[in-house]
Amino acid sequence: MVATPNGFDLDNTGRRIVVDPVTRIEGHMRCEVNVDENGVIRNAVSTGTMWRGLEVILKGRDPRDAWAFTERICGVCTGTHALTSVRAVEDALGITIPDNANSIRNIMQLNLEIHDHVVHFYHLHALDWVNPVNALRADPKATSELQQMVSPSHPLSSPGYFRDVQNRLKKFVESGQLGLFKNGYWDNPAYKLPPEADLMATTHYLEALDLQKEIVKVHTIFGGKNPHPNWLVGGVPCPINVHSTGAVGAINMERLNLVSSIIDKCIEFNKNVYLPDVVAIGGFYKSWLYGGGLSSKACLAYGDIPENPNDFSPEQLHLPRGAIINGNLNEVHDVDPRDPEQVQEFVDHSWYDYGEPGKGLHPWDGRTEPKFELGPNAKGTKTNIQELDEAGKYSWIKAPRWRGHAMEVGPLARYIVGYAKGHEDIKDQVDGLLRTMDLPVEALFSTLGRTAARALESEYCGRLQKHFFDKLVQNIKNGDENTANVEKWDPSTWPKEAKGVGMTEAPRGALGHWIKIKDGRIENYQCVVPTTWNGSPRDTAGNIGAFEASLMNTPMERPDEPVEILRTLHSFDPCLACSTHVMSPDGDELTTVKVR
Amino acid sequence: MAPKVLILGIGNVLWADEGFGVRCVERLAQTTAFGPNVTVMDGGTQGLYLLPFLEDADALVVFDAVDYGLEPGTLKIVEDDEVPAFMGAKKMSLHQTGFQDVIATAQLMGYCPERMVLIGCQPVELEDYGGGLRDAVAAQIDPALKIGLDKLAEMGVLPVDGDVDTSNLADPSIMRGAYEGGRPSEAEACRTGDDRFFPESV
Repeated sequence: MVATPNGFDLDNTGRRIVVDPVTRIEGHMRCEVNVDENGVIRNAVSTGTMWRGLEVILKGRDPRDAWAFTERICGVCTGTHALTSVRAVEDALGITIPDNANSIRNIMQLNLEIHDHVVHFYHLHALDWVNPVNALRADPKATSELQQMVSPSHPLSSPGYFRDVQNRLKKFVESGQLGLFKNGYWDNPAYKLPPEADLMATTHYLEALDLQKEIVKVHTIFGGKNPHPNWLVGGVPCPINVHSTGAVGAINMERLNLVSSIIDKCIEFNKNVYLPDVVAIGGFYKSWLYGGGLSSKACLAYGDIPENPNDFSPEQLHLPRGAIINGNLNEVHDVDPRDPEQVQEFVDHSWYDYGEPGKGLHPWDGRTEPKFELGPNAKGTKTNIQELDEAGKYSWIKAPRWRGHAMEVGPLARYIVGYAKGHEDIKDQVDGLLRTMDLPVEALFSTLGRTAARALESEYCGRLQKHFFDKLVQNIKNGDENTANVEKWDPSTWPKEAKGVGMTEAPRGALGHWIKIKDGRIENYQCVVPTTWNGSPRDTAGNIGAFEASLMNTPMERPDEPVEILRTLHSFDPCLACSTHVMSPDGDELTTVKVR
Repeated sequence: MAPKVLILGIGNVLWADEGFGVRCVERLAQTTAFGPNVTVMDGGTQGLYLLPFLEDADALVVFDAVDYGLEPGTLKIVEDDEVPAFMGAKKMSLHQTGFQDVIATAQLMGYCPERMVLIGCQPVELEDYGGGLRDAVAAQIDPALKIGLDKLAEMGVLPVDGDVDTSNLADPSIMRGAYEGGRPSEAEACRTGDDRFFPESV
């Protein structure tokens, strides 16, 4: 048994279960746990098994183009990386953006938060709680009654509507295409919903698909196209011309009205479907409050959504900034990403070399020198690892730390920081939800808390989106159609050397890009992404990361069917895809599921 | 009435030959004009974001790097019902899982295009982050486009005279020429890594 400095007792003597990757977009993830004789997780090891250094492709390029490359890192967070990148370049070169650009960027970022949260809940995470096969056994009339009870104002609630959906589902399942639903453990007792709740939630899975198609149109309008909207250092690339006869593609009143109607749809969906579903589904899992991990101990948020352009002071940010450490919610520390003592990355358990043990580097000084070696107790070979040795190097993810602390980032971290700071909107939402569900505030520190925080944030972001839309329209009415500042577009206006940092709150959590520019070209570029924080390996002092901590002490109904592991890892919305191979103790593969 | 056609290139340009599909539509959009019923799109690795475009289409032509277990650089064409199965047969990458899900979702929602053509190329090299297309794969762009145009002609869809439309393509900095030409040298930026994912030499 080993006690970690951040308060966990690790025991790696029990049966080892391995979670392993196949894919390649944003990084691979592998997870290994040891379970005791009662099937309770007593040790957890999270690793990124793929090396990815963005500096490899960005070094020597034009800083004004960096957004277009970072947009391709990930299949989901494209816009957030692009925004973070242009902010980093603007920070380095002292470029300010106009008011309209701030409003439009905020609308796009908030839109992405909502889109990502809705897609995550219904399409990537709901099936950890909801059983669509069980939905086939539901009584449509009773489902209709349930719907009207949990959300009286939702218009789609008749027995006929649910019967139609059920028939469509039956046809789909009978045609043998189970497709989307094929990787589930549908007879596992970890699923607790009655068939009617399963049918209601599965129906909303389909409604969410319809909604998400609409939501992304905002990116097409402001970004000129979608997928891969355009971004611009100094503002936004879309001209505004509300007096009709302007340039083709300019933002006019018709386009703005479309944005407005999409914002209203987001607000309606959050109010009538998403939040009521989280309350209804969560109600059946109130006794399953595992998965809190680091959330009650150490949370980090950079903050985002500045009310005014170019002002990132904490009181000006709608999504809160701050750090909580040692479980002390009475003190929220401010965060300065420039301070070399605050954000540092460690590599003692990562497959990199910093030349001396225990060394932490600030991202501006970040280095990427690979050193791939397995610890002495690893099983298998370098190309076919059966079991990692977490006492040695075991991950391609570095271990970022804030003043030496392992931190959780993401919607739950943002909400805990906001709650601790007394952020009015956040406090009202959280207290209201806890009252409705009759749960104490400690219930927040759980897998379910993470899932609920995301839903609350989606609702809050809907309101903020409307706020910035109104602000944009008012500013245009006042005669300001400016969307970009190109004063420092020409590299001849830049200093010989400059460095900057861009920060956002990506849907998954705190995202930072650090850039160094020399002679008009990129000298160094480092991204510390949310999943680097959450998926980090142990550090020099032995602190475990957020994924690892969240799995600790969770009981598994059936260790061969890792429903509970998936549920908790999914609650972070990890931006890496992976496959889970459940291994028997002698290394034979028993079964495979996808983890997304 | 002319069918509405979506011509889609998918894959991640940052992973060497995985960019094949995106580079195909890039070339197509730069060289060929179509009527308003045809959309040429760089789909990247976007997964569910692509759903609305499938809903709007009667026919779908997809360019992608696909592992068929053939000689590297070989083209293979599969059609209609075979497309989802082939995309999932041997997944090389998340974007294929994602795109298979997109097709399955479109089927569940009842608006999957009836006519589907997948024009795939067997990659030479994937595990080279920041790298471009290998010669054998790059050489298949034009043949792949010819096959695509022949398939479109069978559907009664022909190129038209007029200006090409490149507005749906990537930012110029990440188009093939700039991307491959601007790569930092191996001395400047390390290209080695995990034995499982990186080639011995590039």
